[in-house]
Amino acid sequence: MTPLSYHVQEYVLLAALLFSIGGLGFLIRRNVLIQLMCVEIMLNATNLLLVAFNRLYPSSMTGQVFAFFVIAVAAAEAAVGLAIILGFYRLRNSVHSDDADILRH
Amino acid sequence: MTIGSVYFFLCAIACIAGALVTVVARNPIRGALGLLLTIVGIAGMYLKLHAQFLAAVQVIVYAGAVVILFVFVLMLLGADAMERPTGNRSPVARIAGGIGIAAIVLFTAYRAIQVYSRATNGHFPSLSEDFGSVKSVGKQLYSEALAPFELSTALLIVSVIGAIAVARTGHKRTALSPNNLTSAHRFFGGPVEPRDAAQPITKDSTL
Repeated sequence: MTPLSYHVQEYVLLAALLFSIGGLGFLIRRNVLIQLMCVEIMLNATNLLLVAFNRLYPSSMTGQVFAFFVIAVAAAEAAVGLAIILGFYRLRNSVHSDDADILRH
Repeated sequence: MTIGSVYFFLCAIACIAGALVTVVARNPIRGALGLLLTIVGIAGMYLKLHAQFLAAVQVIVYAGAVVILFVFVLMLLGADAMERPTGNRSPVARIAGGIGIAAIVLFTAYRAIQVYSRATNGHFPSLSEDFGSVKSVGKQLYSEALAPFELSTALLIVSVIGAIAVARTGHKRTALSPNNLTSAHRFFGGPVEPRDAAQPITKDSTL
């Protein structure tokens, strides 16, 4: 039996599991902070795929450089997202996405 | 079982367990710690995939900055950040949608695994010495990827300025009704005013 973690398939499966858990959490939770954390989990899953496929085709470092940019974008997104959550809390005194319904009324 | 397989298993279990804790946790602080566990597990995966530089960046940026930012906001909101029992809306549609997304993603992964089993057998090739090192990643970052690298600095500065612009208050005084109290009111018996930075702290100055 060949040892685990020497094929790209294990990483594809793990990244798909992580992405599914993140997407599930984004849909079933109503706390915007938890939803933002689930977005971070999904970004991390795609980053893992980028790095794993770069390991499969190691002629250039494009996958790792791309993952680096994804990390930079994720950091910017977390800063802006948390600021928006603070503004939303100041407006509605709540961090539940069900309360973000001003445009509906 | 080689030692590499055991390491892979430990990192995979850390990732999955942390993600599940984040999704399930009632207390968002536990959710942030679950996110931390996931991030550290993925950094371990990066080490296994010969991406030493990215593992360091992952720990510094995610574990050191993003999770701490989440914890700051959670501390700022206090008890108001806790989950509240969902009211009149049924969770059935949300759970069905989530399971649908999970089914689509897992089916895509299954197809990808099949394709890679056929095409290249998915087996990782042997590597040159400096694959994933700071030197090789930096060389590509400063030659081929120079324009997006510089643009990402602009993105970061714009996002930080935007975050400040969105989060600042303007210090408007608003009257709060008794059933509309913030946690600052509950804990400190009144609104907490920021100290005027132009005034030096003296004995009779109130904080």
